[in-house]
Order: sequence, then structure tokens, then C-alpha cells
Amino acid sequence: MSRIGQTFTALKAQNKKALIPFITAGYPGKGLTVPLMHVLVEAGADIIELGVPFSDPMADGPVIQRASEVALANKVGLRDVLAMTAEFRKTNTTTPVVLMGYANPVEHMGYETFALAAKEAGVDGVLTVDIPPEESAGVSDVFKAHGLDPIFLLSPTTPESRVEQVAAAAGGFIYYVSLKGVTGSASLDTAEVAEKLAMVRRHCSLPVGVGFGIRDAATAEAVARIADAVVVGSRIISEIETAPEGECVNRVRHLVAELRRGVNAASK
Amino acid sequence: MKLTDLPDSRGHFGPYGGIFVAETLMAALEELRVEYDKARNDPAFMAEFEYELKHYVGRPSPVYHAKRLSEQYGGAQIYLKREDLNHTGAHKINNTIGQALLARRMGKKRVIAETGAGQHGVASATVAARYGMECVVYMGAEDVARQSPNVFRMKLLGATVVPVSSGSKTLKDALNEAMRDWVTNVESTFYILGTAAGPHPYPMLVRDFQCVIGRECLTQMPELTGRQPDAVVACVGGGSNAIGIFHPYIPYDGVRLIGVEAGGSGVESGKHAAPLNAGTPGVLHGFRSYLMQDENGQIIETHSISAGLDYPGVGPEHSYLKDVGRAEYVAINDDEAMAAFHDLCRLEGIIPALESSHAVAHAKKLAPTMNKDQIILVNLSGRGDKDINTVAKVSGITL
Repeated sequence: MSRIGQTFTALKAQNKKALIPFITAGYPGKGLTVPLMHVLVEAGADIIELGVPFSDPMADGPVIQRASEVALANKVGLRDVLAMTAEFRKTNTTTPVVLMGYANPVEHMGYETFALAAKEAGVDGVLTVDIPPEESAGVSDVFKAHGLDPIFLLSPTTPESRVEQVAAAAGGFIYYVSLKGVTGSASLDTAEVAEKLAMVRRHCSLPVGVGFGIRDAATAEAVARIADAVVVGSRIISEIETAPEGECVNRVRHLVAELRRGVNAASK
Repeated sequence: MKLTDLPDSRGHFGPYGGIFVAETLMAALEELRVEYDKARNDPAFMAEFEYELKHYVGRPSPVYHAKRLSEQYGGAQIYLKREDLNHTGAHKINNTIGQALLARRMGKKRVIAETGAGQHGVASATVAARYGMECVVYMGAEDVARQSPNVFRMKLLGATVVPVSSGSKTLKDALNEAMRDWVTNVESTFYILGTAAGPHPYPMLVRDFQCVIGRECLTQMPELTGRQPDAVVACVGGGSNAIGIFHPYIPYDGVRLIGVEAGGSGVESGKHAAPLNAGTPGVLHGFRSYLMQDENGQIIETHSISAGLDYPGVGPEHSYLKDVGRAEYVAINDDEAMAAFHDLCRLEGIIPALESSHAVAHAKKLAPTMNKDQIILVNLSGRGDKDINTVAKVSGITL
């Protein structure tokens, strides 16, 4: 079983839900990513989503776009992200790392070359936002062959007839995008999400994480009540963006701890 | 599969094209694919499209023998397909009418568009006014500055123009922002994509709507000259005017198809917008094609005097036509395009768009290598009124 599968199994045995924070690799500085990853774990992250910067982040809102631009200005590319993961793995061999990004940097490196290097670095899952299952033939299989879980998205616009197809290509967990829109959009309607998740679970046995619109302990708790995992991205990047000089690591630690309390509250 | 039967059912032209978008858009693209398939087989839809092209756009656009230009350049006779004479001044309107009719058929009351030079934005704003739809146009902040007459034109037509300040502030960033709008408002909104690129079915449907250009030429050239041309030349940014004139000529083996990319300061300088000449395949904006990218797969900034060609990718069908050798792709630098612009102004009394000037500039190189009884057909995709500020600036003149 993959490290992601083991994590979900262990959490389930303790009747707990997963917290999956996202940070953009190379933001705000190249040297801060690995320390931030460790802080995420100390503050309660079960899985880390590490954003791979891309020049044209079509599915991201302004907050993550800005983080991507800064990371690119810091000269951080896919190879650096793999190196950061390998560095993180020197002292943490248990927390799964999922890379999240766009197709082109991976395509440019070559799917096979990337998969080998990612596995070697200690990556556990890969979410390429703009590769839907229809275009993933030969990509998902390569990832799976190298022991990487291909993570796929489902959205409010996904028809029921497609869920099985997406689930068949996927590994690790399914990421349900709670809102139509880009990352960092407005708040979500948990009743609506709950209804959709019930439908998803009829066709998919993988754990389901929910992201978009989660910004504090209360929304994290509400989502943790209906999902297997809570994914938080833009809110964390905003915290880094607005932190005074030298304070960003502490700010992130506090925020993630607060989100953790929210997620845990759902299990009580 | 025959070249003219492409793309396949999932939008592939060989290894190119496809659907590379986030999950939220998948259902909308499928809806569009199904609806377009019905529309193109619906005689009433096609009849209305043709009626609008004739009575609203003013089609067919003429083919004109540029005798003085041919004489000056020496060699082959140059004929111009006058898309600049269309309503709104470019070929873009052919496509926006088709897509607006689709939007109406699908019950969408709001349309969005991206634009580079502003020609597609104007053509979108025009059809939105014509069919009573709300229209929002995304335009790179740099393009807003260099194409101010078109910005004002769009506003006059009732559209909202949103300057995009992310990334390189040009066409690619406008496209990103239009996609973000679409992902957010997917149920109420129709995205009028301006070129034969993007996720399937856009490259196919934009091509189909633009093919009226080449089909008219197939009839007009024999009427005028007794035969088909030896070469068809068109500029290529995203590539919609080029594919529109190339596609009907694909089965005519004796006709060379030549796409002209923006060479900017010269392909060797790295400051250009010529992915077919100097790029490598990759995935951007929902499709696979030749792209301008760095060693990390990041998209690099493009450079061209012409805003409409300032794009790091190219429609997937062009990538395939290049690979199989049915079309050739060359690059023309800014200064060569400027010289051809002035040639056409002075010799023929036609002010061409800077985009189209690239095609004229290649004819200038090609004609002297051919005989006087040979024929080059140039797609004059748009008129150049929008470019007079740019040309004045290059010439050191303040208007």
C-alpha cells in the first residue's frame, strides 16, 4: 500500500480525518520550503501538497498566481521541487507528499523520467490539474507503475456518469473541488457538497478530500464532518503573503494548528 | 485517417490537440462538442450562419490582383484575399458569428472573449451587440496600451474590457483570465475563443467557421486566373486565418501552403513569437502543440510588433501539418513586416494589419524566386487602421 493509502487507513482506525495543507514550492523563498514542510507536519498536517510553480496557472486565483510568480522569480522549477522533497525525506519518512501543478513542466521532463525521479525523491502522489482522465492514458499508468498515486479532481459540474471513469484512473484519494471557479474563491455550501459526496462515494471507494473555500477552524470542521480529508491552499498562501518579515513560519504554524483543531473537532 | 478528416473524436491531430483542462470545464466542453455537432448538421443553423456572413459581414470578400505590388516585387503574381474588407475589418468576425449563434442556441446570455490585437475582441463585442448578449473581453494590459483604438471600439459596442496584469500582460495571459472566468461562470457563459486553438472542440469549430475564406478562394481563383494558386501564404499567431484559407486547399497537392510566424527581432535573437520555427511540443491552454518554453517547461515571453501574433503557442492542426510536411512555416521579422506594410500602403492603397503584413513580407521574398505566370495568394487577414499608433511610434512620429 502506498504511503497515502497507509495514512488514510491509520487515520480511519483512529476515527480521524486528514488535513492536507498546500504550499507553493519556492514561495516566499527557495530556502523556506523544506522548513515550512516540517512546520506543516508539526502543526498537524497528515499529507503535504506541494505546488509546482508554472508560468500560466490557468486554474488558480490571484493569491496562488502571485505565489507562482514569486517562486519562478526565485528560479524554482520542477527539478528543484523534487530536490526539496528529497531534502524533506531525510528527516521525515512518513508524511506523504503530493505534487500539484500543471502538465507542461512534467511533459517537458518526460513522464517516465519524471516518475522515476519523483519516486526516487520520495514523492507519493501527483496531481496535474490540466490532465483529465481522458488524456491520462499512458500518464496514470506510468505513475502507477512507479508507485506514484495519480490524484484526479472531481467538481460540482462533473456528471455522475463520469465519476467512475475518473475513479478508475485515480489512486491515493480523489480531490473534490467544492466550488466552480479558481483557487481562492468564495465560501462553500457544505450541504450541497455533502449531497455531491454521497453521489461520488456510490461510484468510488477511494478516500475523498475536499478543497476550495476552507479558511478557518469552523469551515475545516464542517468539511471534515463530510469528507475524508480537508485541503487548504490559498488561505495558507495568504497568511504567508501578509506575514511581517521573518514571521511567516510562525504564522503558518498557528494557522495550520487552528485548522487541525477544526478537523479534530469533527471527530468528537 | 485522411488529413482532412482530422481531428479524431477526442480532438487529436496526431499527437497534438486534445482536451487538457481542469475537471470543472470538462462538462462544458462536452456540452459544446455535442451542441456543435448538432448545429453543423442542422440546415437551419448553417443557413442562418451563411445569411449573416453575406448580409452582415459582406461576404464573399473579394480576391484582388495586386499588380503594382507584383511588379515591384518581381516574379510571381500576387493576389490578396481581402478579409480586411469584412465588417469590423478582419477575418475574426467569421468565427464570432458562428460561435455567437451557437451561444444563442445553447441559451447562454453572457459571452466572454480574450483578445490580443483587439480584433477578436471587437468582433466578439460586435456580435454580442448584434444578438443582445452581455460581453466581457479580457485583454493583456500591454495590449490595452498599444491597441487603444480597439479598446474604445469595444466599449462603444457595449462590451466591458478587463485589462489583465498578470504574467507577460499579453494575449496568453488574457486567455488564462478568460479561462478563469469561464471556470467560475461556466453555466451562464459561452466562451468565444478567438483562434483555432484551445481545448477540443475549439480548434475544429473555429477552423470550420473560418474555412469560408478558403472555400471562396477555391471558386474565385479559377474565375480570376483560370486555375488555383501555386502558393497560399498566411500569417500565423494562433493560426485561425491561416487554417481557414489552408484547410480547403489541403487536398490540392500542387498548392504550397506557407504559414508565416512572427520573427520579432529575429528567430536567432530569441525575441520572437515563432513556436513552429523554434519551439518544442508541450501543453498550454488546453491543448498540445508546439510552444515557446524554457528548459523547465515554463512558457517564455514572446516578442512581436504585432499584438495579434504575440502568442507562445499555435493551433494544433498547424503543428500536425508541419510534422507531416503538408504546410511549411517560416518567420518574418518586425522590420520586414514594417517594410511590407509600407509597400502595400504606397503601391496598392491598402493599409494592412501588421499581422497580415508578415504574410505580405514573405510574398516579397517568395515572388522573385518564381515565374511571372505563377501565382501567390496572400490572405490579407485584416486592415491596419488599428496599428497606426504603433507604426507612427516605430517611425518616431507623435500623432
